[in-house]
Amino acid sequence: MSSNCPTRKVRYTTIDGNEAAAYVAFRLNEVMAIYPITPSSPIAEWCDQWASEGKRNLWGAVPAIVEMQSEAGASGAVHGALQTGSVSTTFTASQGLLLMIPNMFKIAGELLPTVFHVTARTVATHALSIFGDHSDIAAVRSTGWAILGAASVQETMDFALISQAAAFRSRLPFIHFFDGFRTSHEVSKIQLVEDETMRALIDDALIASQRARAMSPDHPVLRGTAQNPDAFFQGREATNSYYAACPGITQGVMDEFARQTGRAYKLFDYVGAPDAKHVIVLMGSGCETAHETVDFLNQRGAKVGLVKVRLYRPFDSQRFAEALPPSVESIAVLDRTKEPGAVGEPLYQDCVTALFESMAGDGGHFARMPKVFGGRYGLSSKEFTPAMVEAVFANLASPTPKNHFTVGINDDVSHTSLPYNPEFSTESDDVIRALFFGLGADGTVGANKNSIKIIGEETPNYAQGYFVYDSKKSGSMTVSHLRFGPQPIRSIYLISRANFVACHQPVFLERYDMLGSLVKGGTFLLNTPYSKEQIWPLLPTPVQEALVAKGARFYIIDATSVARASGMGGRINTIMQVCFFALSGVLPKEEAISAIKDSIRKTYGKKGEEIVQMNLKAVDNTLAQLFEVPLTRPVNGAGPLLPSITPNAPPFVRDVLGKLAAGLGDELPVSAFPADGTYPTGTAQYEKRNLALEIPVWDQAICIQCMKCVVVCPHATIRAKVCPSESFEGAPPTFKSTAARLPEWKGLKFVLQVAAEDCTGCSLCVEVCPARNKKETKLKAINMQAQAPLRMAERENWNFFLSLPEMDRRKIKPLILRQQQVMQPLFEFSGACAGCGETPYLKLMSQLFGDRAIIGNATGCSSIYGGNLPTTPYAKNGAGRGPAWCNSLFEDTAEFGLGFRVSIDHQKEFAGELLAKLAATIGGDLVEGILKANQSDEAGIEEQRQRVAALRQKLRNLNSPEATLLASLADQFVKKSVWIVGGDGWAYDIGYGGLDHVLASGRDVNVLVLDTEVYSNTGGQMSKSTPRGAVAKFAAGGKPSGKKDLGLIAMAYGNVYVASVAMGAKDEQTLKAFVEAESYPGPSLIIAYSTCIAHGIALDAGIGARQQKLAVDCGQWLLYRYDPRRAEAGENPLQLDSQAPKAKVQEFLESENRFKMLTKTNPDHARQLFAQAQADSERRWKFYQDLQGRTGASAAAERSKIPVSFETKP
Amino acid sequence: MDLTTTYLGLKLRSPLIAGASPLSEKIDNIKQMEQAGAAAVVLHSLFEEQLRQERIQLNQDLERGTLSFPEALSYFPEPEEFHLGPEQYLEHIARAKKAVGIPVIASLNGSSLGGWTKHARLMEKAGADALELNIYYIPTDMNLASKDVEEMYLNIVKAVKSEVKFPVAVKLSPFFTNFASMARRLDQAGADGLVLFNRFYQPDFDLATLTVQPNLLLSTPMAMRLPLRWIALLYSRVRASLAATSGVHSGTDVVKMLMAGADATMLCSVLLRHGIKQIGVIEDSLQAWMEENEYESVTQLKGSMSQKNAADPSAFERAQYVRILSSYTPPPIEAPG
Repeated sequence: MSSNCPTRKVRYTTIDGNEAAAYVAFRLNEVMAIYPITPSSPIAEWCDQWASEGKRNLWGAVPAIVEMQSEAGASGAVHGALQTGSVSTTFTASQGLLLMIPNMFKIAGELLPTVFHVTARTVATHALSIFGDHSDIAAVRSTGWAILGAASVQETMDFALISQAAAFRSRLPFIHFFDGFRTSHEVSKIQLVEDETMRALIDDALIASQRARAMSPDHPVLRGTAQNPDAFFQGREATNSYYAACPGITQGVMDEFARQTGRAYKLFDYVGAPDAKHVIVLMGSGCETAHETVDFLNQRGAKVGLVKVRLYRPFDSQRFAEALPPSVESIAVLDRTKEPGAVGEPLYQDCVTALFESMAGDGGHFARMPKVFGGRYGLSSKEFTPAMVEAVFANLASPTPKNHFTVGINDDVSHTSLPYNPEFSTESDDVIRALFFGLGADGTVGANKNSIKIIGEETPNYAQGYFVYDSKKSGSMTVSHLRFGPQPIRSIYLISRANFVACHQPVFLERYDMLGSLVKGGTFLLNTPYSKEQIWPLLPTPVQEALVAKGARFYIIDATSVARASGMGGRINTIMQVCFFALSGVLPKEEAISAIKDSIRKTYGKKGEEIVQMNLKAVDNTLAQLFEVPLTRPVNGAGPLLPSITPNAPPFVRDVLGKLAAGLGDELPVSAFPADGTYPTGTAQYEKRNLALEIPVWDQAICIQCMKCVVVCPHATIRAKVCPSESFEGAPPTFKSTAARLPEWKGLKFVLQVAAEDCTGCSLCVEVCPARNKKETKLKAINMQAQAPLRMAERENWNFFLSLPEMDRRKIKPLILRQQQVMQPLFEFSGACAGCGETPYLKLMSQLFGDRAIIGNATGCSSIYGGNLPTTPYAKNGAGRGPAWCNSLFEDTAEFGLGFRVSIDHQKEFAGELLAKLAATIGGDLVEGILKANQSDEAGIEEQRQRVAALRQKLRNLNSPEATLLASLADQFVKKSVWIVGGDGWAYDIGYGGLDHVLASGRDVNVLVLDTEVYSNTGGQMSKSTPRGAVAKFAAGGKPSGKKDLGLIAMAYGNVYVASVAMGAKDEQTLKAFVEAESYPGPSLIIAYSTCIAHGIALDAGIGARQQKLAVDCGQWLLYRYDPRRAEAGENPLQLDSQAPKAKVQEFLESENRFKMLTKTNPDHARQLFAQAQADSERRWKFYQDLQGRTGASAAAERSKIPVSFETKP
Repeated sequence: MDLTTTYLGLKLRSPLIAGASPLSEKIDNIKQMEQAGAAAVVLHSLFEEQLRQERIQLNQDLERGTLSFPEALSYFPEPEEFHLGPEQYLEHIARAKKAVGIPVIASLNGSSLGGWTKHARLMEKAGADALELNIYYIPTDMNLASKDVEEMYLNIVKAVKSEVKFPVAVKLSPFFTNFASMARRLDQAGADGLVLFNRFYQPDFDLATLTVQPNLLLSTPMAMRLPLRWIALLYSRVRASLAATSGVHSGTDVVKMLMAGADATMLCSVLLRHGIKQIGVIEDSLQAWMEENEYESVTQLKGSMSQKNAADPSAFERAQYVRILSSYTPPPIEAPG
């Protein structure tokens, strides 16, 4: 980008990449088909919100927004809109872009101009990653789309327009991409693209001609023909001229854009020495870092350069070659993707071919053919720093440069990686760099975004903010990286040298090295409840050492108390923001305070005067509580930092996963990682996160041993065991137990134990406890108490509890909750939100069937808390058995799970055939026992396990091919429970086609739909499960249509077991449904109402179960079980487990922000939708009651009329 | 027969006012009230404290869990504006005014002095004919002196009266050390009417869950005894209009209240229990009684049995209470079988 045009008045704005893209896309489109996917969801959210507010596009119309069931659907809808003459777009990334490929080929083949805005993201391979690289872009390079890549937030806004203009002029569809997270989520001060610039570049005549070409019965044409060998090839070549013209057209648009804005771009922008010997070629956000490094090196006498690739497709070989200086001797082409098995990565291959062709043609302008080396960097947002750029130049300059290298990792396996000097830095002294460590939702990130806006808008400084979030949803840490300086900021990498470091949550100071990045003489701010006299000896020793060694200035504030005193609860955002401005000197203090106050009025004004006042009060209360702590005292701290993983963990967990947990994963070499993405289970137990300020404490004298607290605990941190008294020998002094109350357990002892260090403190257990202390009714059988004083004793108690024997599963009646709940959960301590409504169902499933369960998990919350490194909550029992878990994709989970079933059934069948063949040598009784085993209960399963063990013993002595084969299959004789798990986004929308097919297959699979009624994991977008009247992303005005009745659709097959459950409303019914579903020898579907943070309820204060009960009491959620086995017995298969509604739906709706919010934004519409919701509930209740009222015989007869392929295998 | 009366300076076709209740939340109900003969309607109360709580709650609900997990930086769309203040209530006043011809009296429960005056002004602007200050306050602070509680009431009335021109009534609880003095001081502070008495939500115990469950029991005719006494005592001693609320369930109840000295009677529980049409039934019964007993007008009835005009003024005072007790004979116990 060239320097600014001096004559033009420039308006600045401080926004992130997604908003920058949305800003232009919204103005330049008429029809938007959207679907949520990280990291592009916010673009669609912005557009949907603006449309719902009636904002208009460049032509004065409110764009039409339609949410589709998948990205495949979105691209199909865009294709249709384009064919009928609308300017249309969509936004996506990664797998979403891959789902669009079929339509993309069509759109390009039909020369339909459009722009898809893509936040480039890693395509899932050995693992899913939500972060950024160019693997999705590379995967669509053959679709015939032009591809234009932006390297910064400014370029994202600029290229959104340039690509749209170029698309119209060239008639080619464009992908406009920018790096996921690094650009999409970076907040930056940029120059706004004005409407007049858009008008100048967008030629309405071209839109008119697109409309003239559109499908219309008024001038009908035929498109999408089928062609034969005689025609297709020629037709395919007919578009060549469009591709040949596209680069020139795009450059022309860029030149016009430069005239309008002063910001000049080239298809291949060269930066650096005109006589450079070594040049790097790359695209995306890495260009900025490389640019900064090239400038830095050249200022110090180097001769290096950089080519920023803007237009990746169509690749203009000639312009590329011309962009390179004639002096170039060696080139490194850096790809942010990996193409295993190829001769090189895609951009590298393009560059080599382009250079070769240029030399083979007119010889180009090079004296000698430059040497070209390919390298990979930055996969999945791996850091790409100036040190790495410098390493790449050093490689080029070395006598034997490495080809096909990697940079940024330590590849100790295939030795591809380049060494780099982590101390190398290009950052200038005039940039203020600040790091903030906060707790998710404490307001830290919001405050920092606000500070960037203040500085960006109130001062001539440029500002940049990038935020690193946790993969856990409870107790997560956020790290904010903020830069401010007088020049545009090209440092597109994390801060490693900070002038200012703030720790907003003292608990993190015990675990993470925050001062490693503080420069000498820098400032450290700590939020702590301790006074300036008390704090020093309480600091961890390494923190004291670092402060002293760096001569830091150390400040403290008790932000939590100030927040409370100001009425802000746990939100310390405003307070910490005031401290930052007071200490950092970015702005004069008075000016800063006044700017903060203005911003508070602006930000919170619409939420009411109280919110404004409490924030203003917090500003005034802060400065008096900010103290400097002198560093004159000796280093005598509280000891070393706490380990991220407990010392008893197995070596892999400690050395590999432990590094990841400590935030030091970048240090791990390639050899540390399993090549196929396989990881051990049972690892969350080693990550003691100590999140809860308060934990539940058991009062055994009050407890009625109902187990409601155990079943409902989302994190499996309340456990019960029943053991003989002799097991308690050597119990720690504070370990509690009492006589078991159930008659079957007479003489045994009952224990309820809390995993104090794993609890999230959601207090759901206390909420559901029905037993009250008769002397003091505010107390229950379980009560919250401060964790810190209890931690050490409870750690010991927990370990002792784990050592107690598990009850023999054969002795447990699985349908009686107070017995069943002693089963060991094989799903524990997930990183789900505190109070999560989904995890109790998974835990229940793991208790009942976990030791023989195989789980196919759709992408979503359950795959993130289930399988996001470093640790997994899926665990193993004492015998080493537990759920085997895998996530395939978002869209294919039912099919994936069906594959498990078919495969397991086939193996079992084949094993049976082999067993029959070997019957004579193995022994008839054992063979018959195995083949005819009744595995309908725990006893039967245990017996079968023993038979299989005996079989293995025998097979060991047989030396035949059949025996060897059978040994590899023998485990399949033990019943396997296949579970297909996902959320409503999967089951109702993107995966519905597959789910429907799998339900129709008749195969014995169990489908668990964790129904939160929105796409929870991506931030609460509407799904077809979203109830009427709910406000969600993509339904900002309240969802006008009712919830899809998935259960009813499934029941129509007749041979599908269907249950609708809500554990918080009726836990015994949930238990029955799980046991029945699993025992049903065909497809089973459990739709489980899951309270969610996206409902706008105080989930973290334990109200989830109460909300479930309210939903059931008013008929908003029905409880039922539909069991085809009952129909076969001549009974009505449907059992309605709900009572007739006894409350009004409105009462429930007003208790959740997702509904209530509509009454605050559109009261009239809310009234209307709420009345309809009441009618929905009444109609649904009546309909189900009618269904249930039918006689068994007639219901069974109806069932028999439904033609289905029924292939049940018991 | 002349049923007209004057309350808060408003000329009313009868003394039957639909009192503040959830019924007036719907415009249709207000129309039905007018059709059934209500002479005026008092809207349900705007609780400023509740609005404040809702605003804080909304802010918390929107912020919970935000900016902590990379895929879900928020969970709700953030619209440009919220209707958080009293707009809905003010619109309701305007709609009610459009829908009916009878006076519409707004009702307000504030939580701060500023809130009382600000909202009173807005209600006047929205078109309400009068305002009922529902001073719903239960002092529980042991360190708060009775005098301070009383001052608070007076300050509210003075502040509101200084800000608005339309008539202002005060709905009170009977729990004052000297209610008569309180009534006089409120009268002096400018109250245009006194509404006797407020009925509080009283806590109840749920024995199944051992929890406290506040709920509201509808009034019974017994409840009218307290306002009956105080209206009779206050009649002609204060300038302010007097309205009776609590326990007015029948035409004869209305007669009694008017005789005590009420300018108007508020119907509330009886409408919740029997429906809005009951207003007509009560009016018919009032008329029938007046005809039968040859009364010509409500004015004639008004205060005729007040302490000032009753044959035995001491019957309203404590001496009477002692007499009743001393003459009390328990009913005979029936023999089993």
